[in-house]
Amino acid sequence: MKVHEYQAKELFVERGLPVPRGKVATTAEEAEAIAKELGGAVVVKAQVHVGGRGKAGGVKLASGPAEAKEKAAAILGMDIKGLTVEKVLVTEAVDIEEEYYIGLIMDRASKQPMFIVSAAGGVDIEQVAATTPEKILKLGIDPRYGVKPFQLRRLAFSVSQDPAVVKGMSQALSVLYDVFMKSDASLVEINPFVKTKDGKTWSVDAKLNIDDNALFRQPQIAAMRDLAEEDSDEMEAKEAGLSFVKLDGNIGCLVNGAGLAMATMDLVQHFGGMPANFLDIGGSSNPEKVVTAMKIILRDPQVEAILFNIFGGITRCDDVAAGLLKATEQLDVKLPIVARLTGTNEEKAREMLQGSALVPAVTMDEAVQKALELAGGAQ
Amino acid sequence: MSIFVDNNTKLVVQGITGRDGAFHAASMKDYGTHLVAGVTPGKGGQEAGGVPVFNTVAEAVQETGANTSCIFVPPAFATDAIFEAVDAGIDLVVCITEGVPVNDMMVVFRYVKERGARLIGPNCPGLISPGQAKVGILPGQICREGHVGVVSRSGTLTYEVVDQLTRNGLGQSTCIGIGGDPIIGTNFIDCLEAFEADPATEAVLLIGEIGGDAEEHAAAYIRDQMSIPVVSFIAGRTAPPGKRMGHAGAIVSGGKGTVESKEEAFREAGVAVAVKPSDLVPLLAEKYDPAREALCSA
Repeated sequence: MKVHEYQAKELFVERGLPVPRGKVATTAEEAEAIAKELGGAVVVKAQVHVGGRGKAGGVKLASGPAEAKEKAAAILGMDIKGLTVEKVLVTEAVDIEEEYYIGLIMDRASKQPMFIVSAAGGVDIEQVAATTPEKILKLGIDPRYGVKPFQLRRLAFSVSQDPAVVKGMSQALSVLYDVFMKSDASLVEINPFVKTKDGKTWSVDAKLNIDDNALFRQPQIAAMRDLAEEDSDEMEAKEAGLSFVKLDGNIGCLVNGAGLAMATMDLVQHFGGMPANFLDIGGSSNPEKVVTAMKIILRDPQVEAILFNIFGGITRCDDVAAGLLKATEQLDVKLPIVARLTGTNEEKAREMLQGSALVPAVTMDEAVQKALELAGGAQ
Repeated sequence: MSIFVDNNTKLVVQGITGRDGAFHAASMKDYGTHLVAGVTPGKGGQEAGGVPVFNTVAEAVQETGANTSCIFVPPAFATDAIFEAVDAGIDLVVCITEGVPVNDMMVVFRYVKERGARLIGPNCPGLISPGQAKVGILPGQICREGHVGVVSRSGTLTYEVVDQLTRNGLGQSTCIGIGGDPIIGTNFIDCLEAFEADPATEAVLLIGEIGGDAEEHAAAYIRDQMSIPVVSFIAGRTAPPGKRMGHAGAIVSGGKGTVESKEEAFREAGVAVAVKPSDLVPLLAEKYDPAREALCSA
């Protein structure tokens, strides 16, 4: 789960880390009022869950309240990489002299939190890592012992000899570690972390991603979820115990197991089509789950054929068949459905589906090819 | 022979009185696994699935000599269950539970290593050595005794491939699902190493997916250390970047963890790469002829 910049900054402020003063606005008038309250120049920043907001025109400097209103009006409602901007953060502008990148990620390979710092701040760190990896210092932290002050100093001294920067950055790194561990983060970063002309340091931006598996014990973070930023179909699927991701093709896929679901999508593409979605109905699939899954898939007007690929191990094919029949009864499905149900209780499933309009298939390859034919051939 | 589980496996099921635990404990026992005990705190003294239930793993080990554990407890309690099993002296812990917080796994992983135990999973289907033992939720009826090792990050995709092997007369030494989470106890290399050392395993099928770089590391290991043939398939070519595809670990981020990168690593290491699951068995047949292997070893 992602949280907004202003929400991540709240967690920083709670821990005493200096961030430029600011407030969230949902209207241009509110933005104007906040700018008036802050006084001086402000920055108006789109709050959306995507990177590259600045490049997309979602971050603007304003000299005062009137301009803040104008800029907010332009940014609110803007589309950034498919997401509509519903909120802006209005913060006091700071006079930047130096910019740094500091972040902490969960490193899969070494199975520990890993700090990343760079003097090349304010830009895309992945690009820095790819083109000039020597400008980045990485340091893994053993989670059993936690981060030690000497490690913080080592990281900070690697990018600056300025006592003010070293002190400020050490504090910021320590806060990042605390937020990371206490909020079950998978990533927390400040980009840029800046030194201003008056010698102070500030966390000007903030990004925080949380491990979905840990949300059950993170009520404060879970409450930060912004439903406007989430795909409603994906949310509905999650509620029903399904895992769904919308794609752009015309073959609706309904599969048990994430690996098999991905392999099925890949096979659709292999035979010249495009999958409309990723959908994993999970393990013990009761008929109700299948009905919900069908509802979500049928909502997509691009879908021209539906493909069931079920490998019954724990999942029983007859359960899926029952769900399929229930769904076709309830939902008035006009699209062709190819059903490949193999494994546990497949004979029973076959009997149940006999006489229905469903197109049976034995292998995955056959099922995908049939679905493509019925959808009007390869795209 | 086989890897990790066999006729000597003595199994305790943690969470045996829960719905999933009870169902799969029965299924493992039916398969012929030596199920010796169950653990559910507060239900010690009862019986479940024909075996005694204990309050703690330590008691179960003491009373029954259990050496392997299979965990079916909810995600909030899973890492504690792993700690408990390892602390009680269990050698092999298989954690089926999905949804375990990753930060907890960072710490438990180190504990398991320090104690010299082995953890498989979490978020995995477990493993099966056909004809000997099954620890986990894989459907036993699709497997058959033989000499192909199967290792995978997936569940049902593994069954799909194992089913094709069996239908083509190719039995398996051990089939193991290592789990779909970002941090797992046993990785591809651990399994490859064990398969290479196992006299009964003559070829390996490796099934990977997007996310992380475990496949890339496995490729280097195969190139440098393995003599038996390995054939691979990687799922997730059509997955959009930045989206988690069901498994917590299946995500392409920052241009890393793509199918292309993994396939390239395998090809460079001389590992055959199947473009679709149904190509795996024909590709394996090119590299490995069971009849010839049988003659050679005779």
